[in-house]
Amino acid sequence: MLKRFAIFLLGILALAGTGQALAQGKIRLTIESWRNDDLKIWRDTIIPAFTKKNPDIEIVFAPTAPTEYNAVLDAKLKAGTAGDLLACRPFDKSLAIYNAGELVPLNDLPGMANFSDVAKAAWSTDDGKTTFAVPMASVIHGFLYNKAIFKELGLNPPETEKEFLAVLGKIKASGKYFPLVMGTKDQWESATMGYQNIGPTLWGGEAGRKGLLDGTQKYNSDGFLAAFEALEKWRPYLPQGYQAIAYPDSQNLFAQGRGAIYPAGSWDIGIFHQMNPKLEIGAFKPYLFEGKTEHVIDDHPDIALGLNAASKNKEAAMKFLSWVASDEFAQLYANALPGFFPLANVKYSLEDPVAQDFVNWRKDSATSFRCSYQILSRNANPNNENDLWNACAQILNGTQTPQQAADLVQKNLASWYKPQQAN
Amino acid sequence: MSLRRPRFRTHIPVFLAPAVLIYTAFMIYPLLNSLWLSLTNNAAGQIPSFVGLQNYFTLFAREQWSAPFWNSLRNNAVFFLIHMVVQNPVGLFLAALLNTRIRGTWLYRTAIFVPTILSVVIVGFIWKLILNPAWGISRSLLQFVGLVALDKPWLGLESTALVTLSLISVWQNIGIPMLLFLAALIRIPDELVEAARVDGAGGWKIFWRIQLPLILPTVGIVSVLTFVGNFNAFELIYATQGALAGPNFASDILGTFFFRTFFGYQLQPADPFMGATIAGVMLVIILTGVLIYFYGWQRRMQRVRY
Repeated sequence: MLKRFAIFLLGILALAGTGQALAQGKIRLTIESWRNDDLKIWRDTIIPAFTKKNPDIEIVFAPTAPTEYNAVLDAKLKAGTAGDLLACRPFDKSLAIYNAGELVPLNDLPGMANFSDVAKAAWSTDDGKTTFAVPMASVIHGFLYNKAIFKELGLNPPETEKEFLAVLGKIKASGKYFPLVMGTKDQWESATMGYQNIGPTLWGGEAGRKGLLDGTQKYNSDGFLAAFEALEKWRPYLPQGYQAIAYPDSQNLFAQGRGAIYPAGSWDIGIFHQMNPKLEIGAFKPYLFEGKTEHVIDDHPDIALGLNAASKNKEAAMKFLSWVASDEFAQLYANALPGFFPLANVKYSLEDPVAQDFVNWRKDSATSFRCSYQILSRNANPNNENDLWNACAQILNGTQTPQQAADLVQKNLASWYKPQQAN
Repeated sequence: MSLRRPRFRTHIPVFLAPAVLIYTAFMIYPLLNSLWLSLTNNAAGQIPSFVGLQNYFTLFAREQWSAPFWNSLRNNAVFFLIHMVVQNPVGLFLAALLNTRIRGTWLYRTAIFVPTILSVVIVGFIWKLILNPAWGISRSLLQFVGLVALDKPWLGLESTALVTLSLISVWQNIGIPMLLFLAALIRIPDELVEAARVDGAGGWKIFWRIQLPLILPTVGIVSVLTFVGNFNAFELIYATQGALAGPNFASDILGTFFFRTFFGYQLQPADPFMGATIAGVMLVIILTGVLIYFYGWQRRMQRVRY
């Protein structure tokens, strides 16, 4: 209710602002986004920082509820009433908008050089040649741990699988805490916080992921199979009744200090700070396996900003987009939203030490993103992402062996994806 | 006497119009439109075109479609059977109890009926909390009565999820058959029961020989309502287990299968054509059940009316 009222008030303010802007001959840019949680951050922090240097540009951040954003944006684009700048979801949703000619290619945007190919992949055409949005933020997977419990039991953050399992064993032996806090009821954590968290190191990150795309890698062999097998080793350490524990349950268990290690997405950092400000958390990155020397972390693209092809203020919008690619924006955004990390290769520092830990991993690790997100989940049924959720949950539930699960995922993918049918 | 043509009765179409128009606009047109959608597809090109029964062949012949379809149909049948075996007999039993002159019937009646008017989302949430392994009260309750072995992640096991959900649904909906049966029982003339009692029949005999035969039409209506409701069910499973109806689709019923296909889920893109096809099959199943009821049950029942 309060939020709605706040949005209402802001709408009035925005209207008032418009009148003012028109009076002074300013150029007004409107941003469409699904991040209505970030309204305050944009209003108080990000927009003033930009308009201070560009007093001739007025910016209105006009978000929609996350679940309604796709539909609202589609309708607005059709009606020609969409804002100048559009927040872009990663992969196919935005690609469809670009293919419909509603986003401007941004290859030549000053500042685009600040992004790696991995960062741009989520908002590029399948051949990688055209990028149509400026990547804003990603989320990183890793592990959070309860510092107090680690201290009490005399444990150190593990770096290898062997150490990881040893630590889990010791926590279990103590009998006081759940070693690894995750459930399988909602299924997605098993795949996202489990498989996609520890997997990239095993399948060699981008090399493996691209191998799946061109058909040289398979889910039921090598690194992708090994990742299923590695996930199965978590089974004995999950909380009691984990088959019926949902995502909010795990969050609560960890926030209340009933569990020691939490396979996390970086967005959880902010949530835990809110749920229990007294909880002291530390982070360690996805562990190494025997015979592997290079860490690969899952640095998953989450949000970008594109330019509406129908915008009447393209020049001003380009100016703003270049600023979004700059270090100043990165610094502001990262600190306002701990757990959402700018994708630009620019210098910035974080006040939140746990978030800083996550982002430091980028320095000594290769990065990749969730293997099922680009192209492979385009088919409605069977759908690769849904298959991975089910397969990973079943492995942890003990109802399928890693090999069985991997075979099923592979068979379903090959049933429609041509490059996987060749051999 | 003149042979006047019967006057056209204007009031008939006038009175029919609102119902016919509204029903056509909101029921018949969407139904036909959805059936038409199931006969088209855009797989060949960008523009949807007529493909005849090809979508139905895909649904039944291609393993990727037929396996989840048969799985959801089987689960749906189990869901329905549990309602028929538990909800309706227990509902009848409760109605029979409430029909005797025990004290505080209004209290029982209200208490049993209240869950029916709750939102499914609330019911799903309540039961998820009760059965939650992390902080559910089921564990402490079972510990109290020394049956802690019964504390299982009921909603998370393939073997138990569907039965648990069915029983939650029974718990929620039992008030409806109870009220319908109660209304039918109350309608039975007292003389019949009294005459039987004078003839020396006990309560048990009166129920089986007098009351049950007289409420058979209601048994039929309750059964067909249960059938239609169960094969259209969706909300409880979605609210409790999500659209993937886990674990491993053990609680996937036709409604959730349809939902995922038609609207898409997470990365799964929506496929309105196959979704409409599933809806078409659901229509046939429900129609068959209702027709069996009309011709096999209700017509015969006409004869036992008193």
